[in-house]
Amino acid sequence: MSRIAARFAQIRSEKRGALIPFLEAWDPDGATSMAILRGMPEAGADLIEIGCPFTDPMADGPTIQLAGRRALDAGASMAHTLAMVREFRREDDATPIILMGYLNPILAYGPPRFCTDAAAAGVDGLIIVDLPTEEADLIAADAARNQLDIIRLVAPTTDDARLPHVLAGSSGFVYYVSITGITGTRTASGDELARAIPRIRAVTDLPVAVGFGVRSPAQAALATRHADAAVVASALIDTLAASLDADRHATAGTVRAVLDQVRTLAAAVRGG
Amino acid sequence: MIQSSPPAGANSLRNGPDGRGRFGEFGGRFVAETLMPLVLEVEKAYDAARADPAFQPELDAYLKNYIGRPSPLWFAERLTKALGGAKVYFKRDELNHTGAHKINSCMGQILLARRMGKTRIIAETGAGQHGVATATVCALFGLPCTVYMGATDVARQAPNVFRMKLLGAEVKPVTSGAGTLKDAMNEALRDWVANVSDTFYIIGTVAGPHPYPRMVRDFQSVIGDEAKAQMHEAEGRLPDIAVACIGGGSNAMGLFHPFLDDPSVRLIGVEAAGHGLDTRQHAASLLRGRPGVLHGNRTYLLQDEDGQIQEAHSISAGLDYPGIGPEHSWLHDIGRVEYVAATDDEALAAFQLCTRTEGIIPALEPAHAIAHVAKIAPALSPQTIILMNLCGRGDKDIFTVADALGVKL
Repeated sequence: MSRIAARFAQIRSEKRGALIPFLEAWDPDGATSMAILRGMPEAGADLIEIGCPFTDPMADGPTIQLAGRRALDAGASMAHTLAMVREFRREDDATPIILMGYLNPILAYGPPRFCTDAAAAGVDGLIIVDLPTEEADLIAADAARNQLDIIRLVAPTTDDARLPHVLAGSSGFVYYVSITGITGTRTASGDELARAIPRIRAVTDLPVAVGFGVRSPAQAALATRHADAAVVASALIDTLAASLDADRHATAGTVRAVLDQVRTLAAAVRGG
Repeated sequence: MIQSSPPAGANSLRNGPDGRGRFGEFGGRFVAETLMPLVLEVEKAYDAARADPAFQPELDAYLKNYIGRPSPLWFAERLTKALGGAKVYFKRDELNHTGAHKINSCMGQILLARRMGKTRIIAETGAGQHGVATATVCALFGLPCTVYMGATDVARQAPNVFRMKLLGAEVKPVTSGAGTLKDAMNEALRDWVANVSDTFYIIGTVAGPHPYPRMVRDFQSVIGDEAKAQMHEAEGRLPDIAVACIGGGSNAMGLFHPFLDDPSVRLIGVEAAGHGLDTRQHAASLLRGRPGVLHGNRTYLLQDEDGQIQEAHSISAGLDYPGIGPEHSWLHDIGRVEYVAATDDEALAAFQLCTRTEGIIPALEPAHAIAHVAKIAPALSPQTIILMNLCGRGDKDIFTVADALGVKL
């Protein structure tokens, strides 16, 4: 069983929601983001999403755009991101790692070599924002050969007629983009989630994670009342950004500030 | 009356894109799932419009009576004499309403938006020509319009910013990245994803997710269709060479497409070499880039080893883009179109040459095409005919040119 399937099976048996915190690789530098990654499982992360910096993140709001900029300025690269996962796996062989990013850096790396290296580093799944189902064959075979799940995105605009097409051959879990908009802007209401999640459940047995606009512990708890997991990204990066000094460098409090927030969010999805 | 081109046969180079929006391996629909249903909806609506016998006549009436088409074909006699070789003709698309070819496609797209019941229009712009053209058709049809423009471009194209505002558009400066066309397009896509129900995105060039590269090409092909008929009238034959400048590549695609199946016509696209192809400050995606995915399509891009997109540079804001339309990438790879480049300095010299010999102030974008014509024409025989697309007028550029020439206005 894959790490993702095993982790969701465990969470279901515990009858609770899962927390998927996000960090941007190398934001604001390699060592700080490595320390955050390493501390996340203990702080309550059930799965972890690592953002791969890209110059043109067209689905992201200002918070993640700036995180990507800081990371690239610090020297981020796809190879560095994979090295982080490799290092993480020395201590943790259970927490699933999902890389989230845009297609071009993967194309530049070369999809076959990227999938081989990612799997070898200990990556479990990929979320490629600008790779819709229609274009997924570009990497699907390489991913499958390496047991990497391609996590499909479903949006409020994905209607019932399109849903089975989007979810055909999907694996891992389903990522529900809960708003029409970019990351870190609006938040879906409970009513919207109550309508949307059953639509997805009618088509797939895979776990469903809710992302985009989940910021507070209350919102994370709400998301996991309807879905299996909540993804929190921009709110954590806002915390990280607020902890930086005037030159946008990490301070002594940066890692702790982010991990404390992960703890609060984890308590919320556990009903605490 | 403009002759429309005959239908393409099985071996035609004019059959693209395929059902997945591909020209060879280029093009496609690389957008987030949130946008995917919209992109499919635009494709469906565009297919329906093309099948509707009422659509093209409606568009033709606006092209004729509002935009002023057909644009003339002009024998540039003094320029020809000055260069001392091939006979140079200009396709005068700078005489269109709003002063550039951009409005050809804006008109087609806004008619489509109206058919789709969309009530709000967004656009990106570099030099501001596409923004002005979009703001113009929005004023004409009474639709609210938001134009995203890089902050750097807002500063260097102030007259166009004011024009857009006069036309009732909201101009949103974009400060991410280098604040140029690429960043404006990112921001327009972000707006679209947040306003999916009521908004139509009028893309300015032959790029973006399918069906945009095809749709914009179709709307711009009026340039080549007209030029072909006009050249037949003027010279009784096809031109030997057709030349156009390339940023995203819409004016070039519009000129070239009707000639793709005429093998005797040499097609030349001129990229912006900025400070030089061997510097890092140029916008030559085909000559110095490699294939990748940006803004919804797979195409040649200026990018680093890690797939990060690099900033382009050109004295011309309209060519200042690190990508290019996917059909150009395909035409490059199969060798049907030759792609060359002209530097900022060469474009500036050509700008002045054209102004003084023809009394036409060209935009800095087509000044790149003129620069290439000036390079090749002297060595060609007087029987050789060059057709060049003069795709925009240069009023918007006089401040940039004055600055480059060290003149204080």
